[in-house]
Amino acid sequence: MTILVIADYSNGAHDQKVLAPATLNTVAAAAKIGGDIHVLVAGQGAGAVAEAAAKIAGVAKVLVADNAAYAHQLPENVAPLVAELSAGYSHILAAATSNGKNILPRVAAALNVDQISEIISVESADTFKRPIYAGNAIATVQSNAAVKVITVRATGFDPVAAEGGSAAVEAVGAAHDAGISSFVGEDLAQSDRPALTSAKIVVSGGRGLQNGDNFKHLYALADKLGAGVGASRAAVDAGFVPNDMQVGQTGKIVAPQLYIAVGISGAIQHLAGMQDSKVIVAINKDEEAPIFQVADYGLVADLFEAIPELEKLV
Amino acid sequence: MKVLVSIKRVIDYNVKVRVKADHSGVDLANVKMSMNPFCEIAVEEAVRLKEKGVATEIVVVSIGPSTAQEQLRTALALGADRAILVESAEDLTSLAVAKLIKAVVDKEQPRLVILGKQAIDSDNNQTGQMLAALSGYGQGTFASNVEISGDSVAVTREIDGGEQTVSLKLPAIVTTDLRLNEPRYASLPNIMKAKKKPLEVVTADALGVSTASTNKTVKVEPPAARSAGIKVKSVAELVEKLKNEAKVI
Repeated sequence: MTILVIADYSNGAHDQKVLAPATLNTVAAAAKIGGDIHVLVAGQGAGAVAEAAAKIAGVAKVLVADNAAYAHQLPENVAPLVAELSAGYSHILAAATSNGKNILPRVAAALNVDQISEIISVESADTFKRPIYAGNAIATVQSNAAVKVITVRATGFDPVAAEGGSAAVEAVGAAHDAGISSFVGEDLAQSDRPALTSAKIVVSGGRGLQNGDNFKHLYALADKLGAGVGASRAAVDAGFVPNDMQVGQTGKIVAPQLYIAVGISGAIQHLAGMQDSKVIVAINKDEEAPIFQVADYGLVADLFEAIPELEKLV
Repeated sequence: MKVLVSIKRVIDYNVKVRVKADHSGVDLANVKMSMNPFCEIAVEEAVRLKEKGVATEIVVVSIGPSTAQEQLRTALALGADRAILVESAEDLTSLAVAKLIKAVVDKEQPRLVILGKQAIDSDNNQTGQMLAALSGYGQGTFASNVEISGDSVAVTREIDGGEQTVSLKLPAIVTTDLRLNEPRYASLPNIMKAKKKPLEVVTADALGVSTASTNKTVKVEPPAARSAGIKVKSVAELVEKLKNEAKVI
C-alpha cells in the first residue's frame, strides 16, 4: 500500500511559499492507515516547500511537479495531474484546507470514486469516521474504491514531526493546463499573530463584542497570550470582522490547548468548530448561554470589565 | 444568459439533530425540512444576476425525494423561472448527484451553474467541484463575489487567510459562501405566482445515469458529549485555575 499526500502551502511574506502545518496532520492520518507515504508538491518555484516536505518524519518520497500551470494550485490544472499520478496508489489524501477542499473532489470525480470528506479518525485502511450534521453526528464510512480519495480534518490527528525525515525528491508529471481558469489576485490578511488553525491558544469574540472596534480588547489579550484571534459566525455576519476569522462548521475548525470564547452564546455551528479544544473558557454575561455547557471554566461577567482585567493578570 | 441553480432539501438549520437509536442514521421523521442555507444564497445570486440584466433565465434543479418540490417552489417564489426535480428516493452520494446535475447541464446548456458550497446534512463540500470536473468547466468555489464580464466570470473566493480572485471561462461552476449575499424572503404574491410556474419531474433512470457508490455508511453515532465544567467567580480565580489546574497558560 502506498499513500499519496497532496502538500498544501501558502504564500507567506515576500511571496515565499510555506508548507501548511495541516500537511503534517495529513501525513499523520496516512501513517495511521499504514504503508509508504509519498508527498506531492504541485506548484511553480515551490522548491522550499518540497525541501520542507522531504524533512517530514515518515515520508518516503517527495514528488515535485514544477510548472507555471500549477502556480496558485488551480484545481482545473492540479486535479488532472493528481489523477494521472494516482495509478499505483491505494489512497490519496489532502488536508481539508481551502486548497484541499477545492482540489480533491475534482480528483475523485476524475477517478469516478466517491470522496470521504474531513475524516477525524482512521478505523482501518478502508474505514473512517467523519462528522456530519455540523458535528451533531459521527458517521463511520467504508470505501471499496480502488483508490480512496480522502480529505483530513487536521484537528483529528496530532501532527507528525516536521523534521527528521530525509525523503528522496523526484520531479514528476506532465504539464496539465486546462486553459479555463487563471489567477487574478490574492488579498491575504497580514498578521503577526499565529494562524488560527495552528495556534496553541485561541481567543474568539462573538456578537457580545457589539462592534468591530471592540475586538481591540481581544487583540490586546491575544498578544499578551501569544494567541490567535477568531470569531463566531454572528460576529462575521454582523460585519465586525472578516470571514477568515470565523470559527465553526462553515468556517475554521480549531482544537487549541486553550480556547477562550468571549461574548459568544455557543450556537451549535460554532461549537462544531471548537469543541475538540483541550480547555475551553467561556466569558459571557448571560449565565444561560449554551457555551457554558461545553466550557471547562465559565465566568459570568461583563466582558468589557473582565477582558482588560484578564489581560492584566495573565 | 441561462443560469442553472442546484438546491438541496435538508433538515432545517434550527432543528436539533437526533441520531436514531439503532445507529442507522439521523431521525428525520416529522422534522422540519428546508432549503439548504448555502443553496438559498445560490438562488439569491442568480436572481440578482437576472435583476442586473446579466441572466435571462433561471432554471432551478433539485435531486431528491418528491417532497423536494416544496423547496423548488420556494426557489420559484424567490425568482427562478422554472424548476426540474430529478426524483430519487435513495440517499445519493455527492458524485451521484454531480452526475445527475451534469445530465441536466448537458440538456439545458447553462452558461453558469451556481450551487451551495456544502449541504448542512452530509457536510461533504464536493458536489460543485465534482460537477466542474465532469463538465470540464472551471470552478469558483466558496465565492464571496461574482462578476460576469463578456465570456468570463471573476470569482472572489474565501480562502484560508483571506481572499483570492480567479477568472474562469464561461460556462463555469460557482459554489457559494456565506458572505456572497443575504437572501431575501419570498413575498406572498410571489409565492402565489410560483405555484403556476413550470416544474418538471424526471427520474434518475430516465437521465441514464448510474448512481452506484463506492462509499457505504456503516453506522451513525452521536458525538462524544463534552460535559460542563465549573463556574468561576472572578477573573483572578479564572487565571489561577488556568495556571495551576489546567496548566495551559
